[in-house]
Amino acid sequence: MAADVLLELRGIQKRYGAVQVLHGVDLDVPAGKVTALVGDNGAGKSTLIKCVSGIVTIDGGSMHWEGRQVAVHSPKDASALGIETVYQDLALCDNLDIVQNMYLGRELTNYRMLDETAMERQAAETLEGLSVTTIASVRQRVAALSGGQRQSVAVAKAVMWNSKLVILDEPTAALGVQQTRQVLGLVKRLADRGLAVLMVSHNLVDVFEVAHRIAVLRLGRLAAVDDASNLDSQSVVELMTTGQAQGEVGRGQPTRGSGDGTPTQSQVVEESS
Amino acid sequence: MTSVDEQRPEQEDPESTGTEDSAVPESAVRPDVTSGEYVRGYLDRLRAGDTGLLPVVVGMILIAIVFQVASHGDFLTPGNLVGLLQQGAFYMTLAMAAVFVLLLGEVDLSLGYVAGVGGVVTAVFVSDQGWVWPAACLAGLVATTLIGLLQGAIIAFLGVPSFVVTLAGFLGWNGVILLILGNGATIPIQNNVIFNFDNGLLSPLVGWIVYVAFAVVYVGAELFKIRTRRAKSLAQQPAAITIGRVVVVLLAGLVVILICNANRGRSLPIRGMPWVVLIVLGVLLAATWLTTRTRFGRYIYAVGGNAEAARRAGINLAGVRIAVFGLAGLVAGIGGLLYISRLASMSTAYDGGTYVLYAIAAAVIGGTSLFGGRGKLIHGVLGGLVIAGIDNGMGLLSMSAAQKYVVTALVLLVAVSLDAVARRGRQGHGIDA
Repeated sequence: MAADVLLELRGIQKRYGAVQVLHGVDLDVPAGKVTALVGDNGAGKSTLIKCVSGIVTIDGGSMHWEGRQVAVHSPKDASALGIETVYQDLALCDNLDIVQNMYLGRELTNYRMLDETAMERQAAETLEGLSVTTIASVRQRVAALSGGQRQSVAVAKAVMWNSKLVILDEPTAALGVQQTRQVLGLVKRLADRGLAVLMVSHNLVDVFEVAHRIAVLRLGRLAAVDDASNLDSQSVVELMTTGQAQGEVGRGQPTRGSGDGTPTQSQVVEESS
Repeated sequence: MTSVDEQRPEQEDPESTGTEDSAVPESAVRPDVTSGEYVRGYLDRLRAGDTGLLPVVVGMILIAIVFQVASHGDFLTPGNLVGLLQQGAFYMTLAMAAVFVLLLGEVDLSLGYVAGVGGVVTAVFVSDQGWVWPAACLAGLVATTLIGLLQGAIIAFLGVPSFVVTLAGFLGWNGVILLILGNGATIPIQNNVIFNFDNGLLSPLVGWIVYVAFAVVYVGAELFKIRTRRAKSLAQQPAAITIGRVVVVLLAGLVVILICNANRGRSLPIRGMPWVVLIVLGVLLAATWLTTRTRFGRYIYAVGGNAEAARRAGINLAGVRIAVFGLAGLVAGIGGLLYISRLASMSTAYDGGTYVLYAIAAAVIGGTSLFGGRGKLIHGVLGGLVIAGIDNGMGLLSMSAAQKYVVTALVLLVAVSLDAVARRGRQGHGIDA
């Protein structure tokens, strides 16, 4: 089971000035699974993913990538490891088309000129590989796309660089029912392809639809982490708000691997359901 | 008969369901776009506020008709049109410089006087210092490029708004020009080559050779594009559209060469294409290549479209901004050379304030957005042609400078309003769709 763990966070600390946002978070992100990161506003979800994606640097603790300790100081470091992040605002240029956005900053060139045909072909193949069928032409400007299509483009952009971990920040926040379903289907396919997915979401319905594992953050500490099958909405809400789910929960203790939920955790489910 | 059919389409048209099915093709192969789809896509883009070249082309046709009628046929004569190209080259070049900066979503008010600095530096070196013309021109261009880089660096590193930095440039470089020229002075240009930049004519035969060479390269490039896309099995543009575009471009070139090669002399025959047409075309092609075929060009659009997305993609924002202001300085410098060439002198009468406003107006009239990320270099050329056309046409009608300003202002206002309305259309489209 440890072999499957792609990213291990140990005692991650982060402070902004006088405010300590993360108080030593431990979290394992396994490959081939969707790990949902939930928590109330201010719980530190965004800060945690910013630490992993290199937007901010951690103040304490350690990150292990495929068993090796690594230091991530910039988004470039994260990309080099194979960590790609899709932010809530998607970071797409409306005035550029899909191909241009997917290759932004990493354009293919041929004799120092942009190799448009190669980029167009590979972008179309990536979208096809992810079964994104709602996009008619990859030469459409992003301005003309729907919210779900934009999200799909942003995700496709993240996975086309041999990335191993894709971090999604509220991927369904701005979407309607139909488009949410499309995007969640895409998230599942990422995990099916063996990628690790770390998804931040407020929407517990979405979380339970796609997540294999759920990690609950509260006030900068990990309140619990368990297989989704061992949790339900009510217990997650209680963990988010009080840090415990009626009974005693393994607070701050990451549960490693799948299917070996400790008795206390299965107890939580029984008591809360 | 037809009216009956139209009244009861559901009952009498058994094929209506068939057309609905065929409207949603689901095939694994990427199909070529048909002409109908292409036209529909174009209309959709128009409705969404992506107007492209349409407004400026319509504007040019309107201006041509109005002045042709008002001047009783003096406007569309070979002599006047070639003169218009020679007068307009300066505006077109300066407008291309403005397009570069506008693509970033910034503005450069100093371009007019920066061009003037290029002109005065070249004039001083070639006339007063006796340098050979290439060295003098190079000195002028280096000066304007450095000015652009300096202003760009202040904007990028200190975060001062481009409006303010280039407003300082507007005042400062005007002062520098006056200091160099001295009180009310004029530096005449006696160098033949520099004089010929704007005034020299190619012989009709050379004009034809240039045209044929251009046509061969252009058609060859189009064929090469089709071949590579087919080799990679990518969707092709509809043949009718591609052929139509090629025919329009070749015809436009043909019209220009025919007008230029027609005899426009009153007593002695004068014919041939001005050098300046090739100079402007060269700047246009080089700048278009840079903006559409290189990484740097792609980054200009990305920074103008969404600077934060560009930053996260690892693009060096400060580097792109500084380089673009430098490039705008370089292109403005070329404009300055065309200015001293046309007047064969550089004097304190140089009105860089009006010129830069004309140039920015030209870029916007041509279709470049003031809000960044949208526009092409050709917009500067066509917009410059419109500005020069208004100037020229009203001159033919013996109207005053005051009247010219009013009309140019109205055209600019219409163009900017179009841009703002189109932008709202784009935003509504982006959110609702």
